[in-house]
Amino acid sequence: MLKIGDKEFKSRLFTGTGKFSDNATMKAALEASESELVTVALKRVDTDNEDDDILRHLGHERINLLPNTSGVRDAKEAVFVAQLAREALGTNWVKLEIHPDPKYLMPDPIETLKATEELAKLGFIVLPYIHADPVLCKRLEDAGTSAVMPLGAPIGSNRGLRTQDFLEIIVEQSNVPVVVDAGIGAPSDAAKAMELGADAVLVNTAIAVSPNPVEMGVAFKMAVEAGRMAYEAKLAQAKNFAEASSPLTGFLDEL
Amino acid sequence: MTFYEKFKEYDWERIKSDIYSKTARDVEHALSKDKRDLEDFKALVSPAAMPYLEQMAQLSHRLTQKRFGKTIQMYVPMYLSNECQNICTYCGFSLDNKIPRITLRPEQIEREMKVIKKMGYEHLLLVTGEANQTVGVPYFEKVLDQVREEFSHISMEVQPMDQTDYEKLIDKGLNTVLVYQETYHQEDYKKHHPKGKKSNFQYRIDTPDRLGKAGIHKIGLGVLIGLEDWRTDCFHVAAHLDYLEKTYWKTKYSISFPRLRPFSGGMEPKVVMDDRELVQLICAYRIFNEEVEISLSTRERETFRDNVIKLGVTSLSAGSKTNPGGYSEEKDSLEQFEISDERSAQDIASMIQRQGYEPVWKDWDMALS
Repeated sequence: MLKIGDKEFKSRLFTGTGKFSDNATMKAALEASESELVTVALKRVDTDNEDDDILRHLGHERINLLPNTSGVRDAKEAVFVAQLAREALGTNWVKLEIHPDPKYLMPDPIETLKATEELAKLGFIVLPYIHADPVLCKRLEDAGTSAVMPLGAPIGSNRGLRTQDFLEIIVEQSNVPVVVDAGIGAPSDAAKAMELGADAVLVNTAIAVSPNPVEMGVAFKMAVEAGRMAYEAKLAQAKNFAEASSPLTGFLDEL
Repeated sequence: MTFYEKFKEYDWERIKSDIYSKTARDVEHALSKDKRDLEDFKALVSPAAMPYLEQMAQLSHRLTQKRFGKTIQMYVPMYLSNECQNICTYCGFSLDNKIPRITLRPEQIEREMKVIKKMGYEHLLLVTGEANQTVGVPYFEKVLDQVREEFSHISMEVQPMDQTDYEKLIDKGLNTVLVYQETYHQEDYKKHHPKGKKSNFQYRIDTPDRLGKAGIHKIGLGVLIGLEDWRTDCFHVAAHLDYLEKTYWKTKYSISFPRLRPFSGGMEPKVVMDDRELVQLICAYRIFNEEVEISLSTRERETFRDNVIKLGVTSLSAGSKTNPGGYSEEKDSLEQFEISDERSAQDIASMIQRQGYEPVWKDWDMALS
């Protein structure tokens, strides 16, 4: 079981709500994926309307909402949006996304660190979206983050784990759960991330833009389970035994 | 949360049985991976790994060169005092050992420094027994004021202290603290330390946490080989290292594994580690952790030290005296333990060079502290 903050998750597949052709398809795909944590952009929710279409479709008992701060450009705006989301959606969980750059939506590490410090002090369970930067991950831990969400490749690019070398370091060093976010384009990418020891993955585009989002949701569910199982069973490794040129321990025979 | 919380979850006998039941297959698995965890470490220090010693040595050699290149750091201890309020069954400074007690005064420290500087050293290790009244924080502050202008890197191996004391000493230029647990076997620890502040196992085991919180540059860990089953003890060092690296991630770490040596009034080691086993241990630590510094003191014999340079060790002391004032005046006073490699610093440096390695005298600067 994966534990983040005070919640336990059976499923290690987190999902998003963007880019689906319609909300009914979104609901069907997310249910099929058995995801228990679903991120939703506060900017897309009509907080004044109790019958908001997205929220209505996410009203499944298993699904926990993870509001995100998409659209903010700095720490100050992020803290404000997180507080609004807490009021509107009744959760202190927040996926912190600060990307001042509108083209590639690259996360701003400095503002993200500042906002994490502030939000953790305010009692939020913070899951920051970041570059695969091992030092930033440790700084975020010090700041009180509840998980880290490094990117595998640029958001929405479906290019897979381009940051694998750094993800491996992050996984090795982390004291908080590592959720690989962004870039995962195929179930095999998700399985690979799980084999590397990631605690969960967050997938949106690859499910949402598939011609068959429901089947793709199932495919990701299975891939994440397979990857995790392989990690726990410990992967066999390619052998890289040294070939002794001149023995280094020969002296022991003479001592 | 400190390491002691984690430590309480470990069961000595279970870990020992895990280690002794590892098989050749577990060793091969550990050797073929890219990164090793604590289970792999158990396999690497197990008796089952003995037939793989040459393979371990080759791998350890390659990993050490990858991270450290062909260099060996040089350091030297300066014993400031042999006064001690503890009884330790294995140590020449023990309170119940009737020896003349000396604590160096500033002018004596000055003379020691001159001799040590002439030997070429820039990395100085200050050592004392544990006597808070005479060699407490105020004494250390004065010593640091005196030595920090002359040396680039200053380490200490003295009694454990509180976090605020460490903060004061770090402000004065302290870079590294070595604090060996001696043994992680909690019950037997008490038998070896029946009297004095050192008998508080928990305070000692949590010292690296206090150092980490104080923001120290480097922490040295280790056990005294000979007190308990070394494989189980060294597993705990690896687990401690693993925890500290993740928690105090800005700090560097070094490990050392002194084998119990004869001393005045001495105790026979409970377990004996032979040279082959020490090579296994050095390689196991390196294969487990590619970044950790591994140091070897003059307790070890010449031939052994000459050969382990290529196996994973990254720092050596040489020309060491283990009695206060030993470099400049107290030629015959009592040592903490007998050293085994009595060659001069220059002889050791030449030996390192002959092997195609560079002896590194200075690898830090006060400007960075």
